[in-house]
Parts: sequence; structure tokens; C-alpha cells
Amino acid sequence: MTGLLDRFDEIWNWDYAAAALPQLLEAFLRVTLLATVLGSVIAAVLGLVVAFVRRSAPAFVAKPVHWVMEFVRMTPIVVQLLFVYYAFTSWDPLWIGIGVLGLHYATYMAEVYRSGIDNVPKGQWEAATALSLPRKRTWTRIVIPQALRTTVPALGTWVISMFKDTPFLFVITVPELVNAAQNVGSRTFSYVEAFTLAGLIFLAASYPTSILVRKLENRLARY
Amino acid sequence: MPATDSTPAIRFENVVKRFGDNTVLDDLNFSVAKGERVTLIGPSGSGKTTILRLVMTLEELTDGYIYIDGEPFTYERRGDRRVRQKQKDINRVSTKIGMVFQQFNLFPNMTVLENIVEAPIHVLGQSREQAHERAHELLALVGLSDKADAHPTRLSGGQQQRVAIARALAMDPEILLLDEVTSALDPELVGEVLQVLRGIAENTDITMLIVTHEMQFAQEVSDRVMMFDRGRVIEDAPPRDLFSDPQQERTRAFLQAVL
Repeated sequence: MTGLLDRFDEIWNWDYAAAALPQLLEAFLRVTLLATVLGSVIAAVLGLVVAFVRRSAPAFVAKPVHWVMEFVRMTPIVVQLLFVYYAFTSWDPLWIGIGVLGLHYATYMAEVYRSGIDNVPKGQWEAATALSLPRKRTWTRIVIPQALRTTVPALGTWVISMFKDTPFLFVITVPELVNAAQNVGSRTFSYVEAFTLAGLIFLAASYPTSILVRKLENRLARY
Repeated sequence: MPATDSTPAIRFENVVKRFGDNTVLDDLNFSVAKGERVTLIGPSGSGKTTILRLVMTLEELTDGYIYIDGEPFTYERRGDRRVRQKQKDINRVSTKIGMVFQQFNLFPNMTVLENIVEAPIHVLGQSREQAHERAHELLALVGLSDKADAHPTRLSGGQQQRVAIARALAMDPEILLLDEVTSALDPELVGEVLQVLRGIAENTDITMLIVTHEMQFAQEVSDRVMMFDRGRVIEDAPPRDLFSDPQQERTRAFLQAVL
């Protein structure tokens, strides 16, 4: 038992940990959280547009959109980040990161929307037709509100997933949380403290969010 | 027959409907006069519901023509070609037609009142006040004045179906299509829905095309009953004649099975 405690003291220094925390929190709030929030907004809006286009646009539009989305979905996000980073060297890496996260996750969210829309019973469309409701009104007032009930929780799950993907922004030099932990670590050789804290910060943010998503799911399931 | 105008409300001309290789309606011709109540009976799969769905544009005609108030609907002749009408022209006529479904199909994300005023406001262009006033009248008519702000999922099947009837009537339809409106209901809830429909049949001159298995109800409200078998009308007579003295062996067998 004392052996283990000695070992702990060897790898863990509370002073280093205390010194690292403020910098890590700053990187978390300024970059990781910002990228997650903006990336999610882009993904949620773009995903809805894509789902709508693939369902309702003529084939010569829907098909190419489908191929582009498949391409984005089936290639690693790191490759996409590096590609845009080196192709557009004058762009701010943070904004590249936000844009790529948004686009990449839009492809997943489009699938969520698609299944949400498909799950709206056929009878709802038929009732709208029987009332001669215009197509647009049918979408905005009947189909989308009903589809959102099942999609919102699923979208929340993808947001958490995106949040955990933000460390990939490291590869394009964005100073997010893991990047900051690496910097702190290299300055003082306190890597264990820095990465442990980084992990705990991720956990502290994603765990309550996942509980929130589950609560939301239960609430939305009822009318 | 209550018709005063000789133009039929609905006329089917050589209507064919196929689903893949399955011919559901085969060269069907019939008409329904203005204000007339016609009930379609027959074994399931005989194409009765398909007829209502064609009138409501929920299915696409395979061949032939449908006329509403004498005007071609969804397809028209242009020279010797058969062409689909523009959506705008279809919509202009389809607002005259209302439908009540077996499964009610109320919008669960809206209250009862919102369900009823949605189309009058956004299709007919009624003001909110006008639409709400009419909705409250209709809710009183179907006996649900106290449920205006309820959500449909909180209502019983019979109540939901009465809301669906009010919703269809809010559009002031000239033609009302009733598609097995009591088939999804618990037996003890059938009566309240039929009661509401009897009232509408008595107090309005709406043309009704009805598919039902409630033979008693069919006998009470119909001017005419059409017996269907395999996509064709095999017997067409006033209810009293058809129910008491069917001419076709097939009709007799069917009535024996359901009565």
C-alpha cells in the first residue's frame, strides 16, 4: 500500500497541478467550448439543409450533395483538417477547425434528421394533403416539429461526440485544451498532471451534458 | 335524390388504378350527385378506400379521369393526350374536398384548436378571429367545447375522431370523404362518432362518399349504396333495396357475412 502511494507521489505533484489548471481552463473556455458550440450550430443547420435537399431537391442537386456528404463522412476528420489547413494557409486555424467540425458532423446530423423525418407517420402527410396545406407549411408546422422530438436527443449525442473530437484541432495548431496541456507539460515536465486535468475537464463537461440529453429525450418523448 | 344541379359532384370516367401488377380499379365509371350520400361496401381489398384516396389526391391515377363539379381533376384531356394538371389548379379544387381518416391523423404537436384553425387560416386565408370563432362552433357541434386547448394524445379515440371531423368541416368542404372512420375505435366509442355524422348528414348538404363496415349507419345516412368486388361495382341501389333484396349472389353472401 505504501508502495503505491510512493509511486503516486513520484508521478503526481499537486503544485504543478494547481499551476496548470488556470491555463487549461482558459484554453477550454476560449477554444474548446467555442469550437464545440459554433461547430454544433453549423452542423445542426447544415445537416437539416442537407437532409431536406436530399429528400426534396431534384436528383441533379440531391445526388451530388449525397456524394459530397458520403465523401466527408467516410474520410477521417484529421485528414480533412490538415487538407484545409494546408490548402488555405491564410485562414485562421481556429475558424478552419470550427468549419471542418461543423461540416463533418453535419453529415452525421443529416442522417439523424433523415430518420427523424422518415419516422413522421405517413398519415400526417396525408392529413396535410387532405387540408390542402402548402408544402412549405407542412414541413415547418407539422413534419419538422414532430421530427425534432426524436432528433434533438440524437443530435445532443453527436454534439458530445464532436466535443470529444476537438483535440484533433491540435494537428492544425489550434490552442485547444489538449494542446494547452501539451504546452504546460513541456514547460515543467508535468505531463501527467496536465493531461489528467485535461481529461477531468472533458469528463466534467460531457458527463452532465449526457445526463441532460437523456432527460431531454424522456421529456420530448411525450406530447 | 336531393340534387338540384345536374352536374355531378364527383364523376369517375374509365378510372384505372394499378399498384405494380395488381389492378385495384379496372375501368371504373360512376358519379355522385351534389348533396348525395353514397356508401361503398364490399370485401377488403375491393378498392373502396382507393377510390377515396384517389379523390383526395393521395394516390395517383393510373388511367382515366376524375371530374369534380364537372371540372377535370388531377388529369385532363389536351387534344388526344392525357396530361397532369398544374399543382396550383389541383389545389384550387382540392380545398373543396375534405377527408376523415380511419386513424384520425390529428397533428399531435398542436392543440385541438390549432388542429382545426391551421388550414382555414393558412389555406383559406381566414383571419385568426374568424377561424377561432368557427372552430369553437364546430367543437360545440361535435360535443367537445371543453377540449379546445387539450392535446390530441390526451383524448380518447372517439374524441380524436370527432376533432378530426371538426377539422375537416372547418374547411367548409363541398365533398366529405369518410374512410372507415369508426374502424379503429373501441366498440363503445363508435356510437358517439356516428351520432355526430348523422347530425352532419341531416343538417348540411355536403356530398358524402363513405367507406364503412357499419351497415346500420350506411342504411340510415345513404341515398345510395354501391357494392364493390374486385375493383368493379357489381350492385348499385338505394340502401333499403340493396340490404333487403340484393340482386347479386356476391352481394348477398357479403351481407350475410357482415350483418
